[in-house]
Amino acid sequence: MSERYSRQELFAPIGEEGQRRIRATSVFVLGAGALGSSGAEMLVRAGVGRLSIVDRDIIEWTNLHRQQLYTEQDVVEQLPKAVAAEKRLTAINGDVNVTGIVIDVTTQNVLDLMDGHDVVLDATDNIETRLLANDAALKLGIPFFMGACVGSYGLTFPIGIKEDQPCLHCLLETLPSQTLTCDTVGVISPIVVTTAARQVADMLKYVTGTPFEPKLESADLWTGDRASIGVASMKKSGCPSCSENAVYPFLSARESMKTAVLCGRDTVQLSWPGSRKFELIPFADSIQGTVSKLIHNPHLVACEYNGHRIVLFRDGRMLVHGTKDIVTAKKIAAGLLG
Amino acid sequence: MKRTIELNGNRYEMPAEVGNVEELLSHLELAERIVIVELNRDILAKDAYDKPINDRDQIEIIHFVGGG
Repeated sequence: MSERYSRQELFAPIGEEGQRRIRATSVFVLGAGALGSSGAEMLVRAGVGRLSIVDRDIIEWTNLHRQQLYTEQDVVEQLPKAVAAEKRLTAINGDVNVTGIVIDVTTQNVLDLMDGHDVVLDATDNIETRLLANDAALKLGIPFFMGACVGSYGLTFPIGIKEDQPCLHCLLETLPSQTLTCDTVGVISPIVVTTAARQVADMLKYVTGTPFEPKLESADLWTGDRASIGVASMKKSGCPSCSENAVYPFLSARESMKTAVLCGRDTVQLSWPGSRKFELIPFADSIQGTVSKLIHNPHLVACEYNGHRIVLFRDGRMLVHGTKDIVTAKKIAAGLLG
Repeated sequence: MKRTIELNGNRYEMPAEVGNVEELLSHLELAERIVIVELNRDILAKDAYDKPINDRDQIEIIHFVGGG
């Protein structure tokens, strides 16, 4: 087994000491979709000691073109992603203690899930969970390697590496009403792998003790656009998530999404806190190609999507008809709103 | 006057109707997005998006997306 990592140890910035540090690392992978598949595979091959991967979803045909841990058989068996990921990752490297956890990450459980790990790989598919994870990682003092991608475009930023650097909350001055998602504009696998590669490279630099300056970076593999911005000046001295007096607002129930199953109606209601403003017309425009029977008026946007009737009200409530399952409803919201 | 800038590492001919950063973001369909803009290596505050863009300026724009 000592030969296993020889080519990685030969890489001078890592060496034998770096390999020992990688081995001593416990990673929390938030999401077992595209970025989670790609990043977790790299980390397990690199020989981390322990890797926990959490996801609320099952594997579908639409995942297979980019979610590299999964097979057609996994779709046929309707396996949860976390279960199939654990199986595949363990087959790749039996030395790594891999745990797949099928769970919807919320304000109630995020701290317990993340606690005890050394680093967090962001592989979630929506901004809400990303901000929740940002707060949880900052509270626990665990570096959080942010990554997101859609279409042919992706961006990364490592958070919690250096004190003079901003967190995700500092960078997002206002909460976006909606972000582009893989369900509205699609995604190609090369940007998934590129984005995950940058996250994992930064993570390896961090765990091996290689000093580096965190940068907000983006790449578009179709247009060739690329950007790398030093964002230290954007750190906010009074940031509620990362300043000395942090209150970690996204960990509190008040700032998080509320869910309710509407009795006898086969409907789930999702409601967002007042800080998230919804613009109905841009939302309707963005989902035009994705949904059917789309109508909008000054009060709401309604449509059909994946067999569900969806209504988004201006006050930040969404009704997902045709299900009593909160996870299904949240998945639909993440697909349309990001 | 024709203006050629460097936008996200690529040569970019400025459309005649685009005068400032705010108009450039609209032209690129990024006006509704959360963006971070760097003009000539300095991060631009939101209230400075009316700053005119000149020939040979270097602009980097990163917008936030949801997927993963």
